[in-house]
Amino acid sequence: MSGYFILAILVLAFLVVFQISKASEYVSVLKGEEKTFKQSNRINAFMFLAFLVVGLIAAWFCNETYYGKTLMAQPAASEHGEKIDFMLKLTFAVTGVVFLLTQILLFWFAFKYQYTDKRKAYFFSHDNKLELIWTVVPAIFLTVLVGFGLFYWFKITGDAPKDSQVVEITGKQFNWMMRYPGKDNVLGRKNYRLTDAANGNALGVDWEDGASHDDIEATEMHLVVNKPVQLVINAQDVIHDVGLVHFRLKMDAVPGIPTTLWFTPKYTTAKMKEITGNKDFVYEISCDQVCGTGHYSMRGVIIVETQAEYDAWMTSKKPQYVTVKEVAEPKVAVDTTGAATVQTTQKPLAQLK
Amino acid sequence: MSSETVLHGQTAEASVNAHEGHDEHGHHHHEESFLTKYIFSQDHKMIAKQFLITGIIWAIIGGLFSVLFRLQLGYPDTSFPFLEDIFGRWAKGGRISNEFYYALVTMHGTILVFFVLTAGLSGTFANFLIPLQIGARDMASGFLNMLSYWFFFLASVVMFASLFIQTGPAAGGWTIYPPLSALGQASEGSKLGMDFWLISMALFIVSSLLGGLNYITTILNLRTKGMSMTRMPLTMWAIFFTAVLGVLSFPVLLSGAVLLLFDRNLGTSFYLSEIVVKGEILPNEGGSAILFQHLFWFLGHPEVYIILLPAMGMVSEILSVNSRKPIFGYLAMVGSLFAITILAFLVWAHHMFVTGLNPFLGAFFVLLTLLIAVPSAIKVFNWLTTLWRGNIRLTPAMLFAIGFVSLFISGGLTGIFLGNSTLDLHLHDTYFVVAHFHIVMGVASFFGMFAGVYHWFPKMYSRYLNNTMGYIHFWVTLIGAYLIFWPMHYQGLAGLPRRYTDFSNWQSFNQFADMNRFISTVAMIVFAVQLLFVFNFFYSIFKGRKVQNTNPWGSNTLEWTTPITPGHGNWPGELPEVHRWAYDYGKDGREFISQVEPVGADESAH
Repeated sequence: MSGYFILAILVLAFLVVFQISKASEYVSVLKGEEKTFKQSNRINAFMFLAFLVVGLIAAWFCNETYYGKTLMAQPAASEHGEKIDFMLKLTFAVTGVVFLLTQILLFWFAFKYQYTDKRKAYFFSHDNKLELIWTVVPAIFLTVLVGFGLFYWFKITGDAPKDSQVVEITGKQFNWMMRYPGKDNVLGRKNYRLTDAANGNALGVDWEDGASHDDIEATEMHLVVNKPVQLVINAQDVIHDVGLVHFRLKMDAVPGIPTTLWFTPKYTTAKMKEITGNKDFVYEISCDQVCGTGHYSMRGVIIVETQAEYDAWMTSKKPQYVTVKEVAEPKVAVDTTGAATVQTTQKPLAQLK
Repeated sequence: MSSETVLHGQTAEASVNAHEGHDEHGHHHHEESFLTKYIFSQDHKMIAKQFLITGIIWAIIGGLFSVLFRLQLGYPDTSFPFLEDIFGRWAKGGRISNEFYYALVTMHGTILVFFVLTAGLSGTFANFLIPLQIGARDMASGFLNMLSYWFFFLASVVMFASLFIQTGPAAGGWTIYPPLSALGQASEGSKLGMDFWLISMALFIVSSLLGGLNYITTILNLRTKGMSMTRMPLTMWAIFFTAVLGVLSFPVLLSGAVLLLFDRNLGTSFYLSEIVVKGEILPNEGGSAILFQHLFWFLGHPEVYIILLPAMGMVSEILSVNSRKPIFGYLAMVGSLFAITILAFLVWAHHMFVTGLNPFLGAFFVLLTLLIAVPSAIKVFNWLTTLWRGNIRLTPAMLFAIGFVSLFISGGLTGIFLGNSTLDLHLHDTYFVVAHFHIVMGVASFFGMFAGVYHWFPKMYSRYLNNTMGYIHFWVTLIGAYLIFWPMHYQGLAGLPRRYTDFSNWQSFNQFADMNRFISTVAMIVFAVQLLFVFNFFYSIFKGRKVQNTNPWGSNTLEWTTPITPGHGNWPGELPEVHRWAYDYGKDGREFISQVEPVGADESAH
C-alpha cells in the first residue's frame, strides 16, 4: 500500500515539475526571451558559487564525521602498511592542493565571467609559456609521487627476510584454509588431483612427500608479533584475493599460479584492541576479488600473538597427516602392506615432539 | 530559454543565409518508406538517433539495476514485498538474493560501460556529428553504418534475453574473470547467462568495429574543401582518436571472449589450470587465469578512454561556444588527446598490480599510468583558461560541460592514488575504486553526453529541450553525484571491499550503515531525475519549442550552416567550403565568425 502511495507522490511531483517547466517556457516567450535568459543565467552563475562554498563545507563536514571510521585514524599494523599510509598522506597533500585550486577556479570563473551586456569575451587562443608551465609543474610533482611509490613498491614486493615464517593460505568458495610447514619449515608438495576433502585432504597434499608429514592445517591464521611472515597464496576453484586491511595489503589467489606476500605484523591482536579502543577488534582476511555468491562472507581471521602464545597454540595442533592416518588406522590394520607406510611416516611426528 | 537565439542569432542568420531556402528540394529526391527512413536507415543522422534512443533505454535499465542493489546495500534489514511481486524467487521475502545481487551488479556495469557509454555515446555523436562537422553528405559507408547499429541491436537483444534465463544473466562482475566465469559449477551466473554475455559482446564488438572503421575513414577522406585536420573542431579529433582506440583494442577483447567460450564449451584450457570446484577435480592443466585479464584489460583500459574522449571533445566545443571565446591551446588539446590515446594502450596492467604481476613490470605500468596525468592536467588547465574572461552563457549544455570539468578533476585526482602500485595494494578493489571510476568515467562521461544532447538536440529534432527541466536535471544530478560518490571514498579508506552484498558480519566493515542508507536514498532521487530528463527528451521531440534560427547558439561549426531540418545529404546545395578553424569567437570585436566565412583582408592573425 505504501508503495502505491510513494508512486502516486512521485507521479504527482513529476507532473508539478513538468507544469512549472512548461509554464516558465511560456512566460519566457511572453516576457521576452532575452530577459529570461539573463535571469536564469544569473541564477545558475550564483548556484555555481553557492555549490562551491556549500560543497567545501560539506566536504569538511563529511571528513569530520567519517575520518574516525576509516583506517586513517588508526596506525597500520605492519611496517609495509606504515609506508603505504605515508604515501597516502603525501598523495592527499599533493592532490588536495590541486583539487582546491582547480575547483575554486572553475566555479569562480563560472560565476565571475557570467554573461553581461557590458563585457566582451577576451580573444585568447594560446600562450606557449603558460602551457609549458602547466605541463612541467604537474610532471615534476608526479615524478616525486612515482619516485616514492616505486621506492616503497620494490621494498614491499622485494624478497622476504630469510628468517620469515612461512604460512600457506588457500582460498576456495567461500572460506580460507591455512597450512603451516611444521618443524622442517618446508611445506609438503601438493597435487590438486589428490584433493579429497571427505578424507581429510582438503588441500590436495601429496602424502608421498615426507615434508608434508609434519604440516599443520588450520582455519585461523596465527602469527607472531614482530616476526616477518611470508604468505604463500593459492586458490582451488576461482580467483580470490587475500585482503588484509589492517596491514594495508592484498594479493590475489589464483588457481594454478601461487603468489606470495610478506609483511611484519607490528601489534598483537590484544594490543590492537587497546589501540582501536574496540574490545571486539580482530584482524580479518577479506576476499577482495569477486568469487561467487558467497563472496561477501568469505572471511578469515588472523591472530597476532607473542611467541610464547604462538608456541602454545602450535603444540596443541596435530599434523594433518597424523590425523588422517589415525582415522585410516582400522583400515591399515587389515591391509598389511599399509602398516609399513604408517611406520615410516611416524618419524616426523616423533621429531615434532 | 531560447533568448540565446534572440541574443546571438541575428549575425548567424546573415552568414548562413546563402545556404538557406531550399529545404525540401535538394537532389535527394527518392521516396523513402517508413522502413527505410526510420528503421533500416542509412542516413547518419537517423542512425545516430537510433543509437541514442537505444542507449537511453539501456541507461534506464542499467540505472534501475543500480537502484535495486542500492536498496540491498542501504536497507539490508528491510523487506520490500514489491520486489518479490516483480522478481519472484530472485527476491524471496522482499529481499534481493545474493545471486540476484551479483547479477544486478554485473549487468549494471556491462550495460553502462558498453551499451550506454560506448554505443550510446560514441555511436550517437560520432554518427551525428562527423558528417555535419567535417562537411560531408554522410558517412563513407552508409550501409556499414546501418549494419553497425543493427549489430548493436542484436547484441542488445541477446543481452536483454539473458536477463530472463532461469539461471540468470552473467554474475561474475562486468570484468568476467575466469575461472569464475568459465565454470558453471562455480556460480549460477556462469551457466547459460555467461554464454549469452559472451555472444552479445562478440556482436557488440562487430558493431563497434564497423562503426569505428567508418568513423576513421570518413574523417580522413570526406572532409570538405578547406577542412584541414587542424581546422576540425575538437569533437572531431576526440571522436577520431576514440575510433582508433576502439578499432585497435576491441579485437583483443573479442579474442579473449572467444577463448573463454572455448574453455566453457569445448573443453580447452586457455584460462584453466589445477582446479577443484565444489569437490570436483577438473582435468584442465596449463592454462593461465591471468592471461584473460591481460586480454580483457588491453581493451578494458582503452575502453575507459573510448568512453571519456568523446565527452572531452564535446565539452571542449561547448565550453568554447558558450564562453564566446576560442578554446585555449587548440594544438595542446589535440596533442593531449593524442598522448592519452597512445598511453591508453600502455597502462592496462595497472588493473593487475595485485595479481602476482612481476613487480619490475609493474613499475613501468606505474610510470606510464601516472604519465597520463600530464595530458589530463593540460586539458583541465586549458578548459579553465577557456572560461577565464569569457562571457559565459549558462545554457543547460554549458552547465553540464562545467560539471564535467569538476567531476573530471575530482575523479582524475583519485586516479593518481590508484595508479601508484604501492597505494593500490591497499586500495585495490575497495570502494575507493568504485568512487574513482564512477566519478571520472561514469558520471563525467554522462555529463559529457548530457551536454552533447542539450547542445545538439536542436539540430537533431529542430526543437529545444525544456530549459527549466534541464536546470533541475543538472543541479540535482551534480549535487547527487557528489553526495553519492564523495562519501564512498571514506568507505574505501576503511578498506571496504567492492561487490559485497552485506557487511554486517565483519568487524572491520560494519560501521557505515548510516552512510549506505544515505547514499542509496540519494541514488534513488538522482535516478528519478534522470527519468525527468528522459521525459523531457521524448516530450520535446514532439512538443518542444521549435527552432527558428539555423544557428541558435551562435556557433562557428558547419552543422549550423545546414537547414534547420537537414535532409539526407545534409546541405541542399554545394557542400560548404571552410576557410578558418572552428574557434574564432570574440575575434576582432566580432562575437563569432563561422568557419565558412573567408578570412578578411584586415583580419588579425591568431
